[in-house]
Amino acid sequence: MKLITKFWIGIAILIVLSPLGLIIPEHFKAGSAWGEWSVDEIQRLAGYIPRGLSKLSSLWNAPIPDYTFKGWGEKGLSHLSFAYIISAILGVIVVVAITLIIGKFLLKKGD
Amino acid sequence: MHIPDGYLGPATCGFFYLVMLPIWTIASRIVKKTLKTRQVPMLAIGAAFSFVIMMFNLPIPGGSTGHAVGGVLVAILLGPWAACIAITVALVIQALLFGDGGITAIGANCFNMAFVLPFAGYYVYRAVSYKAPAGSNRRVVAAGVAGYIGINVAAVLAGVEFGLQPLLHHTSIGQALYCPYGLKVAVFTMAGEHLLIFGWVEVIVTALVVKYLLKQSPELIEEREAG
Repeated sequence: MKLITKFWIGIAILIVLSPLGLIIPEHFKAGSAWGEWSVDEIQRLAGYIPRGLSKLSSLWNAPIPDYTFKGWGEKGLSHLSFAYIISAILGVIVVVAITLIIGKFLLKKGD
Repeated sequence: MHIPDGYLGPATCGFFYLVMLPIWTIASRIVKKTLKTRQVPMLAIGAAFSFVIMMFNLPIPGGSTGHAVGGVLVAILLGPWAACIAITVALVIQALLFGDGGITAIGANCFNMAFVLPFAGYYVYRAVSYKAPAGSNRRVVAAGVAGYIGINVAAVLAGVEFGLQPLLHHTSIGQALYCPYGLKVAVFTMAGEHLLIFGWVEVIVTALVVKYLLKQSPELIEEREAG
């Protein structure tokens, strides 16, 4: 098998296993990454919501926030895992497509 | 290590966009000169790998989470400039589609994870594996050391960026406007978490894949070093 095929299989395996990145932290009751708290968490941790932070934090409405579908936040771990895999697939497709386009652009010599 | 919107003030955000612009320009010029058609799929795999490996969050029990970046491995295989482009694509998509890392912080996040991390890792790898014979285990060790140093330097930088905010922006009564934690807490936490836990994931990922490739396809790594 060609090495490049093995790499793609590797990526596919990582996609399928990706919910581990959701389930394991949940199991050990770990919260957000340091410095990536929601506004509510900041309020709890710091005792106040920094003014600039509360203004800027809602600047961007990502279509698939935190790798889950909107309104799925309260659903169980199996739903979230499913959304996580779909996010991984979508993300990989978009990342690969954009990188290939950039690659094509960079291959054009002489300009 | 994905700094969200609202944690860095406008000055810091603008500064890192300004720093990254020439870096992105140089990266595309250099990669343009050296890129061969058959390497394009590898570039895409590098970007995809970095994207998906960052989804593997690991817990500090009862505490926070973190993850590897995979960027040092990409730098060892593709060179640091190509790695910069690949990781940038991953980070931009994470921010735009998934809200992982802020739009305003793309410059800073790319500086930490798409520039400093692959470059620090790459040069540590080259130094430690200097003149190591093809099948030598020293290359595997070099990859591990490079992964550890690369991710930790990036984590410390993120800590400094967070920690500078209360100094740069605060109200008259001393409340922070953006990240509320100062340098001591931010740098200590970011460095501590990555030195103790998340850095080791980067070590394992980088060293294992390099070990595998040295066996399966040593030319991939040696070709890179010759070129």
